[in-house]
Amino acid sequence: MTDTGPLLRMSGMTKQYPGCLANDRVSLTVERNQIHALLGENGAGKSTLVKTIYGVVKADAGEMVWEGQKVSVQNPGHAQRLGIGMVFQHFSLFEALTVAENIALGLAGGSQRAGLRDRIVRVSTEYGLPLDPDRVVHDLSVGERQRIEIVRCLLQNPKLLIMDEPTSVLTPSEVQKLFVTLRRLAAEGCSILYISHKLEEVRSLCSAATIMRLGRNVGECVPAEKSVKELAEIMINADLPEPTPRPEPSEQAKPRLVLDRLTIRSPHHFGTDLQDISLSLAGGEILGIAGIAGNGQSELMDALSGEVPAGRPETILIDGMPAGHMGPRERRHAGGCFVPEERNGHGAVTTMSLAENALLSAFSRQSLVRFGLIDARKTHAFAGRIIEQFDVRTTGPKAQARSLSGGNLQKFLVGREVMQNPAVLVVNQPTWGVDAGAALAIHEAIMALAQAGAAVMIISQDLDEIFVLADRIAVIAGGRVSEPVPTRSATVESIGRLMGGSRKETADA
Amino acid sequence: MLKIEARGHESVFWRYASPLLALLLTGMTAALIFTAMGRPPLLTVYTFLVAPLLQQDGMQALVVKAAPLIMMGVGLSLAYRANVWNIGTDGQFIVGAICGGGVALAFPDAPALIVYPAMMVAGILGGMANGGLVAWLRIRFNANEILTSLMFAYIAQYLLVYLVVGPWRDPMGFGFPQSAMFSDSTLAPRLIEDSNVHIGILLAPLIAVGLWFMLEKSLLGFQFRVLGQATRAARFAGFRENRLVWIAMLISGGLAGLAGMLEVTGTLGQLTTTLSPGYGFTAIIVAFMGRLNPLGAIPAGLLLALTYLGGDAAQINLGLPNAVTSIFQGILLFYLLGSDYLLHHRVVWRPLPSGAAP
Repeated sequence: MTDTGPLLRMSGMTKQYPGCLANDRVSLTVERNQIHALLGENGAGKSTLVKTIYGVVKADAGEMVWEGQKVSVQNPGHAQRLGIGMVFQHFSLFEALTVAENIALGLAGGSQRAGLRDRIVRVSTEYGLPLDPDRVVHDLSVGERQRIEIVRCLLQNPKLLIMDEPTSVLTPSEVQKLFVTLRRLAAEGCSILYISHKLEEVRSLCSAATIMRLGRNVGECVPAEKSVKELAEIMINADLPEPTPRPEPSEQAKPRLVLDRLTIRSPHHFGTDLQDISLSLAGGEILGIAGIAGNGQSELMDALSGEVPAGRPETILIDGMPAGHMGPRERRHAGGCFVPEERNGHGAVTTMSLAENALLSAFSRQSLVRFGLIDARKTHAFAGRIIEQFDVRTTGPKAQARSLSGGNLQKFLVGREVMQNPAVLVVNQPTWGVDAGAALAIHEAIMALAQAGAAVMIISQDLDEIFVLADRIAVIAGGRVSEPVPTRSATVESIGRLMGGSRKETADA
Repeated sequence: MLKIEARGHESVFWRYASPLLALLLTGMTAALIFTAMGRPPLLTVYTFLVAPLLQQDGMQALVVKAAPLIMMGVGLSLAYRANVWNIGTDGQFIVGAICGGGVALAFPDAPALIVYPAMMVAGILGGMANGGLVAWLRIRFNANEILTSLMFAYIAQYLLVYLVVGPWRDPMGFGFPQSAMFSDSTLAPRLIEDSNVHIGILLAPLIAVGLWFMLEKSLLGFQFRVLGQATRAARFAGFRENRLVWIAMLISGGLAGLAGMLEVTGTLGQLTTTLSPGYGFTAIIVAFMGRLNPLGAIPAGLLLALTYLGGDAAQINLGLPNAVTSIFQGILLFYLLGSDYLLHHRVVWRPLPSGAAP
């Protein structure tokens, strides 16, 4: 066994899925003490490669050398014994159990549970990941939940920690803290394989990067030596256009979406109550709602889409029409279109075709139903237009929604609403878990819609996105929304403070 | 170590072949049971599954038995696709029979053209009322419809017993627990003279095709399918869950009521305490055997009807207990659900990872 070679060397990794060559002779080398970025669009084959390392997927061909020895990882348990840990993008935690119980469940065998509480406290304080082992998970923020997953890995003393899009759920200050932890881990000998589409982060954090496209290697580089634009271009093999700057919305534009003291008690025990939200959006305007996950974003989305009625009709005005009492169908009729955060099972029925998913929210505005019967040809054609216009990579309108990668499905869902030409568009997390190419396409579509005169509300936890898109920014914290400020006069710091919940800032801003 | 894991995809071939495989395995298991009982297995299976069809009028008997099963199976396919688990079709069948039969007993001398449609409406409304109560309990009190619909099945059975033992007992019936015979004008119209082949045999496939069309081609059917596959997506689209639960319970209840009414006016000619040999429960198997597709309920209904005829034949010719039918149906449902599960999951053998805790 050599201790000087790279920690992990993979070459010729090939994985064929039915109808899709997910990995085509991919190679990857992770050195010791290195934070290594794995970059690529959705569907580029990053997840397949990482799952191969972690033993979830078996490669058809290729060689994996771990600490100088050829291995074939059988399953995640095997990976953990080798010293490989992974933090997934979607957490696997039991909401009703405590932190310690959740961690205990992830460990193999009872022997490891002895003294677990103390070890959790020790590891979490040592690495700046404060966690109370006795708190119940449903009370915790997304950032805290992520810490559980990280601590769970660290308890196994890993030599390689794989992180899949770890910052997509964190606030700017949480991101900074995570980076401190990761740098420290790397310095102490735990290499990190960092999957992200946030190129700015990769540039500041990672010392090496492997870039993939369509299942193949397309480049390796030191990220700090490249610009964000250069990295993105390698990733999607195209010259990216700069987002077109939009003209200022005129001051006289008529308000198209008005909220008047919207107050809704959450029906869920652990939900957030919406309190006294008043906003006015003009046509042509994009309003960004920033905030940390779990501060009422999904409740606000449900209240706007009509999934939860808002009581008094005058609480919500769409194009001047009282809509608070309306359900989703009537609100769409009044001119509102909506893209919820969760794609699977909320925005889309994954087991249905794209054509049926187009029907789901567009049947009335696009008149896809006649005399109660579905106009299959028209529905098919509408789905086809979305696919074409939004460059959705799929076999066609008959493809099942679940066969699409996250980014492609999101393009389809945003396209479905944008192409209905709404007066008001509300999008929750427009580019969550979406690759750079798709994110850019979605941003362009949203801006073009606003340009055409619609009022657009973006609810996003991604501050970069809000600063790129929004004309004005408001912050949601604890179910209250702050007074919107023009993006020109806002800074990441001032918005970040509001996200932390200090309401006094509203007055200063 | 044996492990069960999701397949992640569904084979189209096995989706349709699995009911046939389940049937084959059921036949083999039944043969084993017959052997254990000291009967010649092949002859018994033959008597059970083939001989009834070769008898004189065997096909007629089969379609007459199948008609109510198909009607109920179709309604259940629709409800189950929307995640509305109506288990109490047997009760809705009985209530339909009571309501239709009640009208028949009340107006024995009315002209058939008036009274029979009225009886059909009464039967459908009776089934709907029973199903509607279940829907109301679910929506109003969040009561699980599996439990409430099943409990209503018992209530319906006891209501039937009360009526035919009490107020509706035939005064000329020597005290037997049965109603008077229905008059000729209140019997189901026949398609073939001097046979039991009544209009229900025509209605069942028409209803199957109609509901298939509704489920696959209409916005209402689309709403049922979305609700069954993703409740939140249904809410997002603005499909009202409560309304769909109502409709699903009313349709499946109404069809069961119609089936019950046709059964008593088509074959029995009176109300008896045993007018349903568990037809409503058998219809659950029909729905699953037919892949929850209304068209699939047609062959499935014919097959399950055959198990009833086979049970009779086995009892008469081989002296086997009538319970053979229930056993056969139970084994069939077992294999059906089992092969469905294996359609989406597979069992794999994984050596225990070394070093893991025992």
